[in-house]
Amino acid sequence: MKVLPRLFAVILKEFTQLRRDKLTFGMIVGIPLLELILFGYAINTDVRNLTAAYTDQANTHLSRQFIADLSSTQVLNFEHRVAAAADLDELLRDGTISVAVFLPPDFDRRVADGNRSPAQLLVDGSDPTILGIARQLGNMPISFDVQGARAPQVGAFEIRTYYNPERRSAVNIVPGLIGVILTMTLTLFTAVAIARERERGNLELLINTPVSTTELMVGKVIPYIAIGLIQVSLIILLGKLVFDVPLRGSLEDLYLVSLTFIAANLALGLFISTAVKTQFQAMQLSIFVMLPSILLSGFMFPFDGMPAIARYIGEVLPITHFIRLIRGIMLREAGIADMGHELIILLAFTAAMMTAAILRFRKRLD
Amino acid sequence: MIESEKIAIRARGLTRRFGDLVAVDQLDLDVPRSMIYGFLGPNGSGKSTTIRMLCGLLTPSEGSVNVMGLEVPRQAELLKPDIGYMTQKFSLYEDMTVRENLEFVGGIYSLRRAERKQRIKELFALYDLEEVANQFAGTMSGGQRQRLALAAATLHKPKLLLLDEPTSAVDPKSRRDFWGKLFELAEQGTTILVSTHYMDEAERCHRLAILDHGKKVADGSPQELQDNIHMSVVEVAAEDPYRTQQVLATLQGIFSITQLGMRLRVLISESIQDPEAQISKTLKNAEITAPVRLVKPNLEDVFVAVTQKPPQRATQ
Ligand SMILES: Nc1ncnc2c1ncn2[C@@H]1O[C@H](COP(=O)(O)OP(=O)(O)OP(=O)(O)O)[C@@H](O)[C@H]1O
Ligand SMILES: [Mg+2]
Repeated sequence: MKVLPRLFAVILKEFTQLRRDKLTFGMIVGIPLLELILFGYAINTDVRNLTAAYTDQANTHLSRQFIADLSSTQVLNFEHRVAAAADLDELLRDGTISVAVFLPPDFDRRVADGNRSPAQLLVDGSDPTILGIARQLGNMPISFDVQGARAPQVGAFEIRTYYNPERRSAVNIVPGLIGVILTMTLTLFTAVAIARERERGNLELLINTPVSTTELMVGKVIPYIAIGLIQVSLIILLGKLVFDVPLRGSLEDLYLVSLTFIAANLALGLFISTAVKTQFQAMQLSIFVMLPSILLSGFMFPFDGMPAIARYIGEVLPITHFIRLIRGIMLREAGIADMGHELIILLAFTAAMMTAAILRFRKRLD
Repeated sequence: MIESEKIAIRARGLTRRFGDLVAVDQLDLDVPRSMIYGFLGPNGSGKSTTIRMLCGLLTPSEGSVNVMGLEVPRQAELLKPDIGYMTQKFSLYEDMTVRENLEFVGGIYSLRRAERKQRIKELFALYDLEEVANQFAGTMSGGQRQRLALAAATLHKPKLLLLDEPTSAVDPKSRRDFWGKLFELAEQGTTILVSTHYMDEAERCHRLAILDHGKKVADGSPQELQDNIHMSVVEVAAEDPYRTQQVLATLQGIFSITQLGMRLRVLISESIQDPEAQISKTLKNAEITAPVRLVKPNLEDVFVAVTQKPPQRATQ
């Protein structure tokens, strides 16, 4: 019929323009690469020579031996020795050190008891890299010989994390990063799509043709769905190759969830596009959406730890639901069936935004 | 409906306001079918606004529009397959080639693949676009762009063609060629509404309306307009145009004086008897010798006569 050729014409046109638009094209590949590498350093757990300080209130043979062992791992570089625990806090706070070790006066007895952590590791949790290290050190058994000691049931350290209660790990970041990257790029792509035609004057010609609003909107979304899927594949692949991020659930589930999320972002972008006059406004509004997407979605901070108002905002954002889904699928081997309601929310969001965009768009100039 | 077979566009009391500004003011318009109908008017006179209201892009603040039997803007979507629109600002995709643009337009009008190919081939030949087929629209010259825009607007063989200042970035030869094409289209039955501020183009229209500050100040065929100017036109070949002008400006009934090189074109009220003699006498009194000649009014005179309000007596 007549719908298909028109839809096809719009899709083909978008692809043609996309292919020529070097900046957009660069963003499609460049942003995932850049973000992954940036976050990749943050989640790289193979770090050495962290500046550290310690307080040894036991000052026994055993405690000195323990500090020496820690030093010899080369993970920690003890630059300071201070007398009181409060001094460690001070050094951590002003950033002089990122890790502190506190050995209490009863260190020897704790080691002998074996059911309480004998030492405390104080960590600057604002740096995820250091957190990773802390966890490794926390599991370090006390291997040296203690007379009469049983094999310790707990690690050497009781870890106290400062500034970041949730201990994120490498694998936790990459799935969330898919959400952030898709939101950053896709929402912006469609948000500027109609504003750009308006600014360049193309819209005046376009709305004077028989093309319908739905054809126009759907035609603009479809090419970017393909783009979104390419981005997802790229991040998964790089995550696997470079950072060894697992994919424990099924690939079909992963793509189904991603596809829905891609559509949700594109629909949101289109809606933004109908609300603005210029590309600049479209960009500003996209950033307005992007910030809460990064901050309130559970990507940066644990969702449950946020105040109620922030969680309500988070629930409205598609990325929040996507991050739950994708973490479930990639890390917990969950299937879609386990989290069906999250997927339904995403689908409902997409349908609502798409409808709103189509209803809002008028083939008029006034 | 009988009437709509002869009339392509009928507008009554068409008005559009932008805030306090009245861009189009109580416009009545009848555009007969298969004709080239011109909109002549200075910048900001409401030409583009009117055209946009006629195709349903802008909602009129008041008044009614009927285009080819359809009520606009209510039935505008039904009208879309039958109209071609060439916007004042180039509105095809600059980052696509000539061929890609035409393919796109063909698709948007649901032309079948074979039909589309055939039509594009015809248009390439007709509008001399073959050698720029693979050039980006954004890199083309003004004349090439304009030919592409016309090709795109006529690709689906519309019954009504709305052209908003189509020749504004184009040299005289290209303009002449362009008008040749328009006459061919009109010959084939297309109704063409074209806005312009070139007199020579207005003169070629079958009929035209002159717009000024959103109002229609005159309409008719160019001949009718020239016959009904109600002014006498006198040409003065002055040796010192500046001083001559100063002297003539004092004369009763002078409407405007326009300098054309060493000549002055003087519009003077019809009520002044024997304007030639009047002017000669005035010049003689000022000791200026200059040949004075009564000439036929042209469209530019009409334009000046209807767009300048008599009270603000122009001396330039
Ligand atoms: N969208 C708008 N918002 C506000 N004012 C507008 C708008 N469009 C047009 N106008 C005003 O309406 C008046 C008529 O504009 P229009 O573009 O119709 O004139 P025009 O005859 O086409 O002029 P030109 O020869 O320069 O193209 C102008 O004063 C213009 O500033
Ligand atoms: Mg205009």
